[in-house]
Amino acid sequence: MSNVELAGVSRWYGNVVAVNDVSMSLGAGVTGLLGPNGAGKTTVLHMMAGFLAPSKGTVSLDGEPTWGNPEVYRRLGLVTERESVYDFLSAYEFALASARLHRLPDPEAAARRAIELVELTEAQDRRIGTYSKGMRQRARVAAALVHDPQVLLLDEPFNGMDPRQRLHMMELLHSLGAQGRTILFSSHILEEVEQVSGTVQVIVSGRLAASGDFRTIRRLMTNRPHVFAVQSSDDRRLAVELIGQPSVNGVDVTRDGLTVRAGDYGSFTRALPKIALASGIRVRRLLPSDESLESVFSYLVEA
Amino acid sequence: MTTVSWITARGLLGRRRFLLLFPLPVLLVGLAVLSRAAGVASTEWGLPVVHGLGLGVVLPVTALIVGTAVLGSEIDDGTLLHILTKPLPRWQIVLPKLLVAAGVTALTVALPLYVAGVLVESVRFGLGLAAAGAVGALAYSAFFLALSLLTRRPVLLGLVYVLIWEGLLNNIVSGTRVLSVQHYVVTLTDRIAPTALLDGSVSLPVAIVMSAVFTVGFTLLAIRRLGTFSVAGETS
Repeated sequence: MSNVELAGVSRWYGNVVAVNDVSMSLGAGVTGLLGPNGAGKTTVLHMMAGFLAPSKGTVSLDGEPTWGNPEVYRRLGLVTERESVYDFLSAYEFALASARLHRLPDPEAAARRAIELVELTEAQDRRIGTYSKGMRQRARVAAALVHDPQVLLLDEPFNGMDPRQRLHMMELLHSLGAQGRTILFSSHILEEVEQVSGTVQVIVSGRLAASGDFRTIRRLMTNRPHVFAVQSSDDRRLAVELIGQPSVNGVDVTRDGLTVRAGDYGSFTRALPKIALASGIRVRRLLPSDESLESVFSYLVEA
Repeated sequence: MTTVSWITARGLLGRRRFLLLFPLPVLLVGLAVLSRAAGVASTEWGLPVVHGLGLGVVLPVTALIVGTAVLGSEIDDGTLLHILTKPLPRWQIVLPKLLVAAGVTALTVALPLYVAGVLVESVRFGLGLAAAGAVGALAYSAFFLALSLLTRRPVLLGLVYVLIWEGLLNNIVSGTRVLSVQHYVVTLTDRIAPTALLDGSVSLPVAIVMSAVFTVGFTLLAIRRLGTFSVAGETS
């Protein structure tokens, strides 16, 4: 079992702080690195993978620094977000080249095993340039897994995959984690993380906003107040009805309709149609106005 | 052949950019053949074709295209990370790439230089040009490969070196020739096959020592830079 440790890690570019005083410890199993775009996930991953020196703090794999230490790649595999692959090679040649660069004792067998693991056997002899986005991604995962690393870092691995490929990749990550490997993948999609990992590290604006069991964090996220914009055939009457609901914390009547602050997303969205029906009010528009992931994350930071 | 050289060679020869290598050598041979066929005395056209075009343009520009492609294009498209995430000492990445760059440049340039040299004067002159050209290919390649790691615009800076430093300043300020690969090649050719056409403007020891300094110095610099190669977060 391998451990990745970040201790008080910050990374800045000139005056811009990309990652701010992040400490985390990753052990066996699958961990999701969740955060909105631009939060610093890629920077954290690149520091873990030894491609970026922390401006402050230390990043280590089993106690050894990852920066400037190519030896860590014996135990570490990386799948970057960028789609770059050697288009002129086939998936098998690509995995084989990786196995040879790792100086594995039987590179051919290792390459075949990795290709099988990502289910690319049928297309393994075709040039990668002819692959779909999802297949290219799997070819890159095969190359990263060819040396059977204890630690696998993946940056947005589900991007561009169709639902079946996504499911397969999720199963693969699950099984790798269950085998005692340390798997970290980044994503800005809550549902992806929910399906793959039990443990999550949430990063917002370069800071570690939450860390730990996914269900607890998810509860924090869903139990927060939600704001809805509502338009109806009779806004004032609807406001009166709504304010009597326990799930509603407040209602503002505006020129464009109602702004409703609900304490519980589920109860409110279930109650609204019933109230409208009972009062004979027609709801023309119901829009969650703060549903962007960024607002969910910023709520987490404030929580 | 190491896996790094194999990937580098396939990447280099498989890209369209490789086709850019051919027009200049063809032009060099074509001009030499035309001049010879037209019966013009080689003293009239030998210097501009061999020195002006062959050593002044074909050799450095070919080395620039190849030298910046073997590492620079992999940095640009991100594929270099596949090699960097391997437990290889960085010299085992830089040296194979340098050897591929120098080898491809030397092969592309040596033949047309040899043909031009034979048409201008003699087989010995052709061989001298080809051999000195190969030395120049190595020194140029080390320089341009290191530039790929030192700057985001290696081609532009390489062109500035070839056109401004070697093409312009060398003719105005003679002291700058000490840092000119082109002049090392001229001196080496003149030594291997003495001719009235070329006049080595730096001494032989300077040409030998500085060729070695260029090659070794920039290779060490490239290894060092690759050891601390950073990848900025693209989406963060």
